Amino acid sequence: MKTLTYAAAIREALAEELERDEQVFLIGEDIGESGGVFGVTKGLFERFGAERVLDTPISEEAIVGAGVGASLLGGRPVVEIMFSDFAALAMDMIANQAAKTHYMTGGRLTAPLTIRLVTGTAGATAAQHSQSLEAWFAHTPGLKCAVPATPGDAKALLKTAIRDPDPVCFFEHKLLYNRKGEVDDEAEPLPLGQSRVAREGTDVTVVAYLKTLHDALEAAEQLETEGLSLEVLDPRTLVPFDRDGLRASLEKTGRLLIAHEAPLRGGFGAEIAAIAAEEMWDALRAPVVRVCGTNTPMPYAPELEGFVIPDAARIAAAARSLVGEKVA
Amino acid sequence: MTDKNRLVGLYRLLVLIRRFEERASELRLAGFIPGFLHPSIGQEAVAVGVCAALGPADAITSTHRGHGHMLARGADPKRMYAELYARRDGYNRAKGGSLHMIDTELGFLGANGIVGAGIPLATGAALQLKRRGDGAVAVSFFGDGATNEGAFHESLNLASLWKLPAVYVCENNLYGEFTRQDRHQTVKDVAVRAASYDLPGVIADGNDVLEVQRVTAEAVARARAGEGPTLIEAKTYRHRGHYEGDMGAYRPPEEVEEWLARDPIILFGQRLVEEHGVAQEQLDEVAADVERELEEAAAFADASPHPAPDEALEDVYAETYEGAALR
Repeated sequence: MKTLTYAAAIREALAEELERDEQVFLIGEDIGESGGVFGVTKGLFERFGAERVLDTPISEEAIVGAGVGASLLGGRPVVEIMFSDFAALAMDMIANQAAKTHYMTGGRLTAPLTIRLVTGTAGATAAQHSQSLEAWFAHTPGLKCAVPATPGDAKALLKTAIRDPDPVCFFEHKLLYNRKGEVDDEAEPLPLGQSRVAREGTDVTVVAYLKTLHDALEAAEQLETEGLSLEVLDPRTLVPFDRDGLRASLEKTGRLLIAHEAPLRGGFGAEIAAIAAEEMWDALRAPVVRVCGTNTPMPYAPELEGFVIPDAARIAAAARSLVGEKVA
Repeated sequence: MTDKNRLVGLYRLLVLIRRFEERASELRLAGFIPGFLHPSIGQEAVAVGVCAALGPADAITSTHRGHGHMLARGADPKRMYAELYARRDGYNRAKGGSLHMIDTELGFLGANGIVGAGIPLATGAALQLKRRGDGAVAVSFFGDGATNEGAFHESLNLASLWKLPAVYVCENNLYGEFTRQDRHQTVKDVAVRAASYDLPGVIADGNDVLEVQRVTAEAVARARAGEGPTLIEAKTYRHRGHYEGDMGAYRPPEEVEEWLARDPIILFGQRLVEEHGVAQEQLDEVAADVERELEEAAAFADASPHPAPDEALEDVYAETYEGAALR
């Protein structure tokens, strides 16, 4: 075990996969000599060279298209989208091409690429550099979606994503890059679709991922002093989603709160709520509650941004009202 | 193969494509084919000329008008008709249809339902082939309409920058769907757009199979030598509408007449007889042989089983992580 930042853990996963398989290569804007705007790929260009770490023009459709096309002939590209907002410029390659390749060819061709999407607000990054768009991708059959919250999971899941035969959208939250955590020296790839109980509890299950997971843990810490016990469940991947993990937790708590930074309407929280309502009604004893971003674009001013995004206080408040009778 | 046999082989492919699509149109009207068809009738010489200049390791991306490209590459009409019929023995196991047909063994990476989308995919394929380093090239077919898509411009820039072994083949049939070229772009020759990306732009008579082959062979040689991509503009015409059912009323009759008189198959047949000493009887035999092949192909498709409805749930993912219930 060692302690690494989330960014360093991702870099280590990339380096190990580049080392392991010569079909793996990185492609994206400013990821080469300059190491990426967030420094995630720092040093990889020097170590693996321009043939493996490809700096591109600002051409998102061509970048993702190059990744998809190379993957059809055996390449294992890892594409970086500098800000996930820019994926809008490459959506045909992601949603119409990569996502559907395996299906529309009757399983005869696959597009095994990984798309790293830099996600969420970094503080005053406003409407076009802050979005949490995981629901766009999770809604598209054929794509898998990973949403790691810790350095250890980021490393293990990225290795899985790169080796996976399907296109995987790998979301990285900007405010997690400098967060430290324990990482296995010999991190094994982690199968997709396995949630993790980040904190055990008995009164409410809080499902959260990426940065919001840490807000949920903070809320759980606060509420413990009030005698309220939150179980925090980190799904780690949205597609596939670990239904068994959710059920096991709900059977303990009977109450579900879902928190994410993305806007409430049509967010992945709605899907989790629907899964619980349709398939786990027997385990629920209270209505499902969502604490999510407001249905607005991301504003610039820090006080406006703070209003839009859920934080530990809002998660705690919602949990209190969900078990109102207990803390009254 | 003697040169004469090689030429007759090209003629056969031209006839095969023409008749495959004419029959498909009839089969669709007769209710055997449930989906869209975008026939390339009139444009066969581009498909055949380009593919004749390629080697077995080369890769191709195609368009919504892709039957000809696929047949020219050597695809099996049986499995193509079976796919159009939406049957299990189709190339895509009835999950794709005309717009998504592939044959990975032929390096045929697919027709495409999105105009221009094959261009970035071929660029990526060229990147992988360059990384592989065995001299193979990637070819992308697209129409004049696709050259107004960002995908075209982004891809040519990238391919030129990285000197990728790619050949971009614009089949300029003078119409983007229903819209005449002079109403969708100001350039008359798409080939001039190559200059923006500092790569050669070459114009070919797209109704002359041998000229297309010659121009493509030059571009392929350049790509194999590491000198980068070429944009080929093959001027041609589709005899029919944008899709089966479109009568093409937006086209002046005299224009249609003019191009029908330059039918690539008739022109090539005449040349074979007049310049290469091929007997007309031999060409007639070729045509009869094609009819037999297509008759069998349609019978094969008709005998192929329909998919079971719940096969719709298969093939979404290649790896489903047992227990994770990828629903």
